[in-house]
Amino acid sequence: MTNHWVDIKNANVIIVMGGNAAEAHPCGFKWVTEAKAHNQATLVVIDPRFTRSASVADLYAPVRTGTDIAFLGGVINYLLSKDRIQHEYVKSYTNASFLVAEGFTFEDGLFSGYDAGGRKYDRSTWAYQMGPDGYALVDETLQHPRCVFQLMKQHFSRYTPEAVSNICGTPRETFLKVCEIIATTSVPDRTLTFLYALGWTQHSTGSQIIRTAAMVQLLLGNIGMAGGGVNALRGHSNIQGLTDLGLLSDLLPGYLTLPREQETDFKAYLDKRSIKPLRPGQMSYWQNYPKFHVSLMKSWYGAAATKENNFCFDWLPKLDKVYDILQVFELMAQGQLNGYFCQGFNPLAAVPNKAKLVKALSKLKYLVVIDPLATETSCFWENHGEYHDVDSAKISTEVLRLPSTCFAEENGSLTNSGRWLQWHYQGARPPGEAKADTEIMAGIFLKIRELYRKEGGPFPDAIANLTWNYQIPAAPSPEELAMEYNGKALEDLTDPKDPTKVILKKGQQLDGFGQLKDDGSTACGCWIYSGAWTEKGNLMARRDNSDPSGLGNTLNWGFAWPANRRVLYNRASCDTTGKPWDPKRKLVYWDGAKWAGADVPDLKPDAAPADGMGPFIMQAEGVGRLFALDKMAEGPFPEHYEPFETPIDTNPLHPKVISNPAARVFRGDADEFGKGQQYPYAATTYRLTEHFHYWTKHTRLSSIMQPEQFVEIGEELAREKGIRGGDKVRVWSHRGSIKAVAVVTKRIRPLKVNGKTVHHVGIPIHWGFKGVARKGYLANVLTPFVGDANTQTPEFKSFLVNLEKA
Amino acid sequence: MSLQSLDITRRSATTTASPGQRQTTEVAKLIDVTKCIGCKACQVACMEWNDTRDDIGENHGVYDNPADLTANSWTVMRYAEVETDRGLEWLIRKDGCMHCAEPGCLKACPAPGAIVQYRNGIVDFQEGNCIGCGYCITGCPFNIPRLSKKDSKVYKCTLCSDRVAVGLEPACVKTCPTGAIVFGSKEDMIRHAEERIVDLKQRGYAKAGLYDPQGVGGTHVMYVLHHADRPEMYCGLPKDPAIGPLVGVWKGAAKPVASLALGMIAVGAFAHYVANGPNEVDEENEKEHKE
Repeated sequence: MTNHWVDIKNANVIIVMGGNAAEAHPCGFKWVTEAKAHNQATLVVIDPRFTRSASVADLYAPVRTGTDIAFLGGVINYLLSKDRIQHEYVKSYTNASFLVAEGFTFEDGLFSGYDAGGRKYDRSTWAYQMGPDGYALVDETLQHPRCVFQLMKQHFSRYTPEAVSNICGTPRETFLKVCEIIATTSVPDRTLTFLYALGWTQHSTGSQIIRTAAMVQLLLGNIGMAGGGVNALRGHSNIQGLTDLGLLSDLLPGYLTLPREQETDFKAYLDKRSIKPLRPGQMSYWQNYPKFHVSLMKSWYGAAATKENNFCFDWLPKLDKVYDILQVFELMAQGQLNGYFCQGFNPLAAVPNKAKLVKALSKLKYLVVIDPLATETSCFWENHGEYHDVDSAKISTEVLRLPSTCFAEENGSLTNSGRWLQWHYQGARPPGEAKADTEIMAGIFLKIRELYRKEGGPFPDAIANLTWNYQIPAAPSPEELAMEYNGKALEDLTDPKDPTKVILKKGQQLDGFGQLKDDGSTACGCWIYSGAWTEKGNLMARRDNSDPSGLGNTLNWGFAWPANRRVLYNRASCDTTGKPWDPKRKLVYWDGAKWAGADVPDLKPDAAPADGMGPFIMQAEGVGRLFALDKMAEGPFPEHYEPFETPIDTNPLHPKVISNPAARVFRGDADEFGKGQQYPYAATTYRLTEHFHYWTKHTRLSSIMQPEQFVEIGEELAREKGIRGGDKVRVWSHRGSIKAVAVVTKRIRPLKVNGKTVHHVGIPIHWGFKGVARKGYLANVLTPFVGDANTQTPEFKSFLVNLEKA
Repeated sequence: MSLQSLDITRRSATTTASPGQRQTTEVAKLIDVTKCIGCKACQVACMEWNDTRDDIGENHGVYDNPADLTANSWTVMRYAEVETDRGLEWLIRKDGCMHCAEPGCLKACPAPGAIVQYRNGIVDFQEGNCIGCGYCITGCPFNIPRLSKKDSKVYKCTLCSDRVAVGLEPACVKTCPTGAIVFGSKEDMIRHAEERIVDLKQRGYAKAGLYDPQGVGGTHVMYVLHHADRPEMYCGLPKDPAIGPLVGVWKGAAKPVASLALGMIAVGAFAHYVANGPNEVDEENEKEHKE
């Protein structure tokens, strides 16, 4: 979230799209209720289904799954053509005025530089025009034909209300009503918040959907504002923490990145990431990359990391490609992986195309599962009849199950969607032989280190030298780990303005990432978490909810990264002179000498407004990007591409380029995509309030609340197929088939799309062959093995099925 | 066993005066249907607090689960898909005991002290005194009490009388994530409802209102409804609930006859005991005892 949960109460308009907050985030949804009850907020829900969120909304708009970019592109077109944007904000805080390189084009669904064979782009033309001074050229009148504003206007002019209605199936009048509600927030004293979740991310165009929403918000001046922002509601209490700590194959903690195969030179690696400002006077905060990186390496390798050995840069793995979950299972299916460690993860249920997964897991020599529950993955070799029909005798994979604790059985911190780190305490002792994940990992590490020490091997250094100074080496405590992430001084640190003054003594905890050095004198395990455990103690455990501003920015409750800042880009809540756009929602303001206010300012604290430092300090331009340069795989402007399985078998905007041209498709998987003729119904998978993923089917209470697998279909489709509520139906895709009870509902209506009637089939995901709930099929029997072009998040939300009465 | 024997105002089938030692505030639970998202957290909290567990059932083609109130499910969410002039609405109502000021169950109950009403308005079943006749089920205008197959006693929501007696809110209120269920003095709840109704009317629900039906003397569980003129749209919430005429008859002319019948039952039971001996401890009870 750019903002945070409590801040939702400050919104005037709340758009729930690409998510179902009431269903999947009922506790956080209280702030939506609060905004409605005490801020007269309008709630709009845009979804293929009339959801639990829609049941309390002021307006519901149906949309075909996978067409969100078309819908939001239509909103952009509406805002631009009706001139309902926040002009001063757009001019000063976005790259609307920047001139784009002459070579950049968009024709027939493709941007310049496309390589059809490699399914990727040469992105060199996706750039600004540069001046002789090394800075990007701008035209502040926004009239230049090559400026971002004009190109954007032209790009989205195709997304007329008629085109939107034709692609999305949303009735034109309903679409226009939504546009009008959104447009009311283009004035400085009204804000809109977008609440989304996996309904946006789990598409082959997921990242670009979110970008389109960010563009809408930039045009309305709603980023950095209380009650504004683009807010990802994370699907797990600590999934934000997972990405923050870099548990993705190409990341290091704090969104630092692993070097690629060809990046063997330390200086070149750092230079590429220490991004220089693209406009004069801009902060371009990533210039500090070397400080974060070197401090991380000092945290990992201590005295072994020296200036002379480039702080052990050579010890880092160099990636030939990103090893996302689809890539890993592809390799496994090809027999190129021998072993797989699976921790707190149930991939058999959580990765698409179960048939492929079973085939892949069966090729492993060994599988280690670290989990509190007997997951389907750990039992993939068991035969469970129709629900999981495998020949156990033919599977030779050795499965090792290591029981772990669950969150309530240990101390630690969880990082919520709003970036708050909140400390929690053990509530119960773990049962049986269960051990904390840290203890299990430590055990494995110590054993491997011992083997390396004893037997040597080609490359023992990275393991043998890893810092491991825990009181009990076999069981590092959450407290010790948290202090390590925060970081400490390895030498006495002096005040940069007065070198005689020592601000931190050697060994003391850092106050924040502002004190990090690139000379090896500081250690920090995750720079964005620096400040969470200082010499003042564990700030994540703070529980003071006093809120002097009334905006919900409780600065003494827990700790929010970065730097305890609650609303990102909050400098943008003020005009160029440093005066808040909305005097009722004063997050920060320029008091004449410094930035002050109810939040930690997201700017250099003494940067005078007259100096023109932009509010988007992580960007080299200092402004928000309506044009994304070369950062996105499929283009600098979002474009509507159909899901890989589309019920209309075409793209009404450009029939030759139907689906995301830059998405990676493995060879065998393309043959497994179905066509509309055979599989006429648009299917989508989702969660229910009563359950959490594949866990709570193991608990009796949740299973009482939703005991049995079902699919949702509209009354019209049910009538066509002779299905009544409560009947068993069979649903199949090109990859497999499931059976479930039919819930026949008015809440799913057929949509008119490109001259065709499109029915949706809703498929909740929570059932499987383990647990106390009634046995069911893993929903991922049906889903396609393809992901977003940038993140590789699988397209669970849009695919095709057929259906009949079982 | 009554936890609050000092403030009982009414007992079933009892002619002696009720204890009037303690005065307590009249309470109410207000369920704002317009804020409810149907998450069923209240159902879970109810089972957890009261240590009841229903069976893991089946899906009957709807979201409602368990499908109906049972001796173990004292509250259930009921989901109605309704077309109104606003288009499709998904009206979700938490169903359970309304704690009537004039409780039909209590009036119908022939077992002395099996149903009591506290001064704060809560209507509570004292299962120890229950004879399992099911008259309370007939007497209830909301179709709430359920007979247990296990022990032939009748169960329903207690409004967490045990929690309320020590100054806590009912479990469902504590757990409700959106603040759709609130609890306090009846006066405060009516005031809170009035504020909500103003907001709803501003959003175009012209007939928004409070459900506190006077046919049963008002209730200690009340609803805020978007369509207070048509409560039956909310899965059959009765528009004008009243105590059935049969209960009136029972309490009037038929009472001596019924008392006689009760006496006969007692004689019959004694005869059964003499003939067949005491009940055997069933396996399940024995197992529980050992644990």
